[in-house]
Amino acid sequence: MLEKPLFGSKKYYAWMTLLMVVIGVGVISYLYQFIVGLGTTGMSRDVSWGFYIAQLTFLVGVAASAVMVVLPYYLHNYKEFGRITILGEFLAVSAILMCMLFVTVDLGKPLRLLNMFRYPTPNSILFWDVIVLTGYLLLNIVIGWITLSAEKQGVKPPGWIKPLIYLSIPWAVSIHTVTAFLYAGLPGRGYWLTAILAPRFLASAFAGGPAILILLSLLLKKFTKFDAGTNAIQTLAKIVTYAAIINIFFFFLEVFTVFYSQIPEHMDHFKYLFFGLHGKGFLIPFMWFSITLGFAAIAMLITPSVRKNEKLLALACVLVFISIWIDKGLALISAGFIPSPLHHVTEYVPTIPELLISLGIYGIGLATLTVLYKIALSVKEEAEA
Amino acid sequence: MESSRRKFLKIAGLSVLGLGAKPVIESFAQGIEPTYSTDKKALKGKKWAMVIDVDKCKDDCEDCIAACHRGHNVPKIDNVKHEIKWIWHEEFKNAFPAQEYDNLAERLEHKPFMVLCNHCTNPPCVRVCPTKATFKREDGIVLMDFHRCIGCRFCMAACPYGSRSFNWFDPRKYLEVTSPDFPTRSKGVVEKCNFCAERLAIGKIPLCVEACKEEALVFGDLEDPNSPVKKILKERYAIRRKPSLGTGPNIFYVI
Repeated sequence: MLEKPLFGSKKYYAWMTLLMVVIGVGVISYLYQFIVGLGTTGMSRDVSWGFYIAQLTFLVGVAASAVMVVLPYYLHNYKEFGRITILGEFLAVSAILMCMLFVTVDLGKPLRLLNMFRYPTPNSILFWDVIVLTGYLLLNIVIGWITLSAEKQGVKPPGWIKPLIYLSIPWAVSIHTVTAFLYAGLPGRGYWLTAILAPRFLASAFAGGPAILILLSLLLKKFTKFDAGTNAIQTLAKIVTYAAIINIFFFFLEVFTVFYSQIPEHMDHFKYLFFGLHGKGFLIPFMWFSITLGFAAIAMLITPSVRKNEKLLALACVLVFISIWIDKGLALISAGFIPSPLHHVTEYVPTIPELLISLGIYGIGLATLTVLYKIALSVKEEAEA
Repeated sequence: MESSRRKFLKIAGLSVLGLGAKPVIESFAQGIEPTYSTDKKALKGKKWAMVIDVDKCKDDCEDCIAACHRGHNVPKIDNVKHEIKWIWHEEFKNAFPAQEYDNLAERLEHKPFMVLCNHCTNPPCVRVCPTKATFKREDGIVLMDFHRCIGCRFCMAACPYGSRSFNWFDPRKYLEVTSPDFPTRSKGVVEKCNFCAERLAIGKIPLCVEACKEEALVFGDLEDPNSPVKKILKERYAIRRKPSLGTGPNIFYVI
């Protein structure tokens, strides 16, 4: 199966070449950061995590969302998802790969990365995050590869894969829970210090991830012979709808507690995000845009006629994606640091090298995804022929 | 052929797993105690702490900062985003953000409050560090191992006092003079006040305390009834930064 990605159409080669250029620019930018130091990013003494850690958080959600196709198919025998389960699993693989790269480029001393294993420290949540992410990556590679090989040979997957599939379901929940625990247990950071953080992460993941899967399925339908099937896409659309509503519900639960209690340490971060603090408010327009898109997407998705129209559904999915990306990939991390524990407002804006490195990692993720999907689709095509 | 290759891969895989498991098992097992010799003059304590008498602190004086930063090779970086600070001035409203109020005594409003690492009894930075590069000693000092730190900055997110700095660039470029008594750092690691652990080990008190002509900074062992910090705290009421977080800060402010 490994030979499949080597041969493709002209469009396929052009797409891969484009990705290689993006990756190349990212690698060069990373070398610059590696040599000069993390001062080349927009991060500071006050805002000590930024775009990289935010992308990690967002992508963990994308990875965890694979469970939304795996669970109905394997636990409820929902056959419609049979064709796209592999897409979910391979999406998870590329998302986790990107997560690991984002953690690595964020390190001040990347060459000492293995110190995490040389001196394993179970009281650190980062230790557990590395364990659950690595485990989830391996689970999805093994499950995806074994089920696909079986499909290629026209046989049932071996029995030993079943327990791994069942294990991958709670494991998916664990990766986003543990990632939320990175933030939700820190005493001085009011924006994150809330038990709703992990549920919010999961809700936004289960809206954003399946939205990406719908978009990918529609793209595959347009550019390849693969059709996920109307029923599968419509069921995914319902999952996105419910999850997007729950996500906004959770958000307002947090807003209520923060603003009704009036505790400044919790309120100040929300004030910074939505109204500005000490005259500074870089993220204000993004936040209102995100909220507006979130509501617009829900309005579209709860209307059956809109949901059933694939073009409008695609638009709604794009809105969900952007809304959640702003919330998690842009605001979540920097807002936790603004204001600082000493109540200074130091703003954070990512720099060009920082964005190019991030783009490079997304390029690696997309290239991995393309290769894996190419393998999966080629196998499926042959099996059906 | 096929079966022997498979066998080889199995054995190789198991061996790699075994090697990987070794440090994990060691971390749970009883380690071997390291041996080292100590200076006879070394100051020994059970819970080092500092009392800062704010009234004695002079408004424009920066003697403690200068002594500390010079002695520890802390670079002076002008861009506030990339600053390295072990001890510095803050106003009351920043040092004690939840305790500010409109009619604060005028003498305190713009008074410099010296802030530094609180050497917490229950330090969140130590809890989150994934490599034990930051750790708490038996005498209460929270220390950093600059050679083990991977620069993940989890400790900076965890510290509720903003006491930690990160080397965003190579700090050596910013040093005009280098003190031979303390190592310089390389880019990519976190650093902070170490309560002059290197000086206590040779019987000297912290540089900032020694440099303060007003005796506004007082250092001592909280478990020793005759220590200077204990004597002040017996008589005067002191406040600490964010005590409600349960970190148990060991820097006390007498106001």
